[in-house]
Amino acid sequence: QHAAWLLVKQEMGKLGLSLAKDDVVQLKEAYKWVIHPQLSEELGVPADGKSLFEVSVVFAHPETDEECHFLATACPDCFKPAKNKQSVFTRMAVIKALEKIKEEDFLKHFPCPPSSPKNLCVALEIQCNNGAVFVAGRYNKYSRNLPQTPWIIDGERKLESSVEELISEHLMAEFKADSFNFSSSGREDVDVRTLGSGRPFAVELVNPRRIHFTAEEMKGLQQTINNSSDKIQVRDLQLVTREAIGRMKEGEEEKTKTYSALIWTDKTIQKEDIAFLDDIKELKLDQKTPLRVLHRRPLAVRCRIIHTMRSEYIDEHHFRLHLKTQAGTYIKEFVHGDFGRTKPNIGSLLNRTADILELDVESVDIDWPPALGN
Amino acid sequence: MAAAEAGGAARYFTRWYKADVKGRPCEDFCVLQHSNRRICVITLAEAHPLLQSGKTIESVNYQISANCSRLQNKVSGKSKRVRASQFLTELAPLCRISSSDGEEYTIYSCIRGRLIEVNENILSNPAILQEKPSTEGYIAVVLPKFEESKSITEGLLTQKEYEEVLLKRHNSSSQS
Repeated sequence: QHAAWLLVKQEMGKLGLSLAKDDVVQLKEAYKWVIHPQLSEELGVPADGKSLFEVSVVFAHPETDEECHFLATACPDCFKPAKNKQSVFTRMAVIKALEKIKEEDFLKHFPCPPSSPKNLCVALEIQCNNGAVFVAGRYNKYSRNLPQTPWIIDGERKLESSVEELISEHLMAEFKADSFNFSSSGREDVDVRTLGSGRPFAVELVNPRRIHFTAEEMKGLQQTINNSSDKIQVRDLQLVTREAIGRMKEGEEEKTKTYSALIWTDKTIQKEDIAFLDDIKELKLDQKTPLRVLHRRPLAVRCRIIHTMRSEYIDEHHFRLHLKTQAGTYIKEFVHGDFGRTKPNIGSLLNRTADILELDVESVDIDWPPALGN
Repeated sequence: MAAAEAGGAARYFTRWYKADVKGRPCEDFCVLQHSNRRICVITLAEAHPLLQSGKTIESVNYQISANCSRLQNKVSGKSKRVRASQFLTELAPLCRISSSDGEEYTIYSCIRGRLIEVNENILSNPAILQEKPSTEGYIAVVLPKFEESKSITEGLLTQKEYEEVLLKRHNSSSQS
């Protein structure tokens, strides 16, 4: 590539034109232009550079491997042996050397066009791979004893199953995939339910052997998942593109969520004592990283907003609070104060000690994936 | 009693104690260890002189020595893992508190680990240390090394063992 670039620069220079490296067609692109029609003719099928079915053939050609070794003599300091690398001629090292080496020295060792190879290359292995497909939907979680991802400590599973397994197992079976990657627009704790229209999720199915499903079949698959467990339910199950996942992750940062919390107070409360909460709008919180996650997250202060609240008095020590908050707000910490590290908090607002007994996610306000009305 | 503070944020913590630290009578501390077995919160235990009636806190000082202030323990937010610049051993001082009657007390870490944060709220509002010593009046948050998260409690007393210590003190003082 580098040699071709130098040659083009030279020729263009003769014509009085100057070009940037990016203006030169990549050799591998040119190679594809040449080889695709040849393969197509030979095999009698159309060639698609971006197909979902990938056949990879690995060739060995020692002559090519050694091609770049002259750079080590020219720029020895670019090639330092590192522990985990098989060869000292890594991509990064070679690129560095190419930047350093003078053009004349380079062309001495590596003329363009290069000389013809002496040996043929040898095919080592052939692998077939299916491009990943993506299934999206929204899930409801009705159990207060279900983690989102498998909970395993020291090789021992602490809680049976998980949201991702309950959904993905059936998808894996139908799509006949090797593995899956589950992601969702935010997540909830083990003991929190997800109600309303649920939380958007996407499952990447790796190397699926079957990828064509009609809308009817997807609906059937959704039914199968829903019949298999009462802990979770899914809706709007559909195939989506890889790009669509970006939209879901956007939602995680930007969109609002609504919650319902069952709150206990140490000192008694009367209806009048909590009524004022309903009038508070756009309450700014400063939340330090909660103690319960400090062992795996960096210490930071987050500014988050509680847009609205609505209280429901239950008795002298209990009330239910509905809140609409900015994405990323730690609700439990807003209620109990996390040792005063979330300010203000329900305790400080009511001048009591408060605790959260139950939390439900009432809605995740993002309208993706498209609702299917089923 | 600390039990009143047990609801809320303190619910997932186990209480461990260190009594008569550095031989000073009744200077007891409580280490709250989170159920995730790593994060620990250092607080005063109820028998500590500073929590007895009649004591007024005059000042709280995180400047341990000429070169060391626990307030300057900066933790980077950019890396994915918690990184604190100060590693503490059991008898590392966290802060010094003086009361209006002229006494000075040193608060010790009691466990080995990285200092994550000290409670700046008690600087601006020292009264909270006495009103809510086991929650909002905490002294510091310490994260022991992963390998040591179980062993750090070996040098500490359980709630029951601590209560026995308190009982012994009470009995011996009523005898004298």
